[in-house]
Amino acid sequence: MSDQHISRRAVLAGAAVTAGAALLKKLPSASAQEVVSSGIPVDSSSTPGAATSAQSVRSAFEQPARTPVGVLTGASSTPLQHLTGTVMPNDLLFERHHSGIPTIDPAHYKLLVHGLVHRPMVFTLADLKRFPSTSRVYFIECSGNGRGAYRDPKPEMTPQLVDGLTSNGEWTGVSLATVLREAGVRSGAEWLLAEGSDAAKLSRSIPIEKAWDDAMIVYAFNGEPLRPSNGYPARLFLPGWEANTSIKWLRRIEVTDQPNMSKDETSKYTDPLPNGTARQFSFVMDAKSIITAPAHPTRLAPGWHEVSGLAWSGRGRIVRVDVTTDGGRTWSQAELQSPVLPKAHTRFRLMWQWAGGAATLMSRATDESGYTQPARDVFEAARGRGTDYHFNHIRSWRVERDGQVVFGG
Amino acid sequence: MSRVPRPIAIAVLGVLAACERPDVSRERADTALPAPTLVTAPASAIGDTPRASVSLTPFRTIGRRATAAEIRAWDIDVNASGVGLPAGSGSYARGAAVFAQQCASCHGARGEGLATNPRLIGAEPRDFSFALDPKIPKTIGNYWPYATTLYDYINRAMPFTAPSSLPANDVYSVVAYLLAENGVIDRSRTIDAVSLPRVRMPARDRFVPDDRTGARGFR
Repeated sequence: MSDQHISRRAVLAGAAVTAGAALLKKLPSASAQEVVSSGIPVDSSSTPGAATSAQSVRSAFEQPARTPVGVLTGASSTPLQHLTGTVMPNDLLFERHHSGIPTIDPAHYKLLVHGLVHRPMVFTLADLKRFPSTSRVYFIECSGNGRGAYRDPKPEMTPQLVDGLTSNGEWTGVSLATVLREAGVRSGAEWLLAEGSDAAKLSRSIPIEKAWDDAMIVYAFNGEPLRPSNGYPARLFLPGWEANTSIKWLRRIEVTDQPNMSKDETSKYTDPLPNGTARQFSFVMDAKSIITAPAHPTRLAPGWHEVSGLAWSGRGRIVRVDVTTDGGRTWSQAELQSPVLPKAHTRFRLMWQWAGGAATLMSRATDESGYTQPARDVFEAARGRGTDYHFNHIRSWRVERDGQVVFGG
Repeated sequence: MSRVPRPIAIAVLGVLAACERPDVSRERADTALPAPTLVTAPASAIGDTPRASVSLTPFRTIGRRATAAEIRAWDIDVNASGVGLPAGSGSYARGAAVFAQQCASCHGARGEGLATNPRLIGAEPRDFSFALDPKIPKTIGNYWPYATTLYDYINRAMPFTAPSSLPANDVYSVVAYLLAENGVIDRSRTIDAVSLPRVRMPARDRFVPDDRTGARGFR
């Protein structure tokens, strides 16, 4: 896996520097100009560093990368195990697209709002930016996130491969309600059809209540314009809902009296249940969590470690996360990083002393609705092995006796 | 311009019900409205469900009216009632020819699916047991609840490398071919704007509203 390769390279390079520094400490007489095998001076203060630049780049020792799968119909996951805190770098925001990433000239971008409105309107990107803007921190998660880990768990899965189709950060744009009021919604309006300008012209029907609640049309993430793979120049953003409904490259909103029953709300993104029915329009992403450290491919040394991870819920705030290190026999309440924001990734932490034996780590999130993440057997009994989306059961990491951490399903 | 209305900011301290739904009965198309009314959350509300900077009334100076031609060019969706279906019609025979030429290279000669491209044909299983086994392929015949979705999807996104390139008669014909091959309609059936919404799909009654509500219990 590229992850292992990248990690190994970063670790080796880092180890060389660390070893060099340790050597320098032991041998005070060593020359400040000493250069370790990587070609990097042991003492960076002995010579002027690199020049200023127009755009900074990551340290050569840090190379987090996404994991592209597929080409025109594909996805690329966020390397959760390489990130700390909650706000994620723009180039590591996950992506999923159904027919390639369109190139859109912002000067020619148009958003059409029509249907059951008093005034069918066209808005340019500049128009959208003239409306009162708002910036909010929210998670975004693909409703298929965790499918591979559920159906075919493998010990060598990293947090990225288990649950990397979720990211978090600050979205800036205009409230969808503001845009709809400019067109004037007519009575009888119950749904919106949102449509992208990608080759799939991906479309989803959205209950209009979401527009009056917290839906946005966003044009920026973490302070800069959206990246093309995330919907440049503007996308719908529906906080807490499965990410495919946050239509990227948004070009059309039709206000309607009924759902469209498009392909991606009938044949896809529906949830067959063991009773022979399928749940439809299952928009909300329920409470979920994943420990991002320690996790594969980490190998622990005995002693104190911080168990750290992310929890989130599409129904509001996370109110508690419990962590077990003994496979669920005992649970301890983890500390939540404040501020705890609704519908946003919440970092949880718990210090843990590993004595050297086998251990199984799990996290269990509870949100403000009172909903607690289900155990895997509870999830499977309710949804079945063949379920396709909304995989939010408790995950586990197994620590082997030699300290190697592997995914436990 | 001195007459540009200045938004009025209102600090909302408690009930936000006022912005839940606009009073559409009071909307009049061409009446000049007073200054836009903005709602901003109080400063102490960081972390509360944010509804900051939501305009309750239109600005009237942002954006422009859409032309009928602009709407016509992009308004491609077809809903489950058949609204949006164009004139024209399709037959099984023509659909078989179009499928062979436009679709078979990805979906297989008989719609059996190739590589990662999905299978399209198959009436089994009839018991909708998909939750029990991820390997059961979902097809038009065993899973799709509405026949109109075929027109909507094929017209908007297929063929994959040249989406929206098929004339309406070809789309109708491919729909007729796929429905017949799935055993949903007879090969003799003509598919058009009237007949397509009337096609009853085998899985039509399988779909139920989302009953998850948060709180205790797992569904």
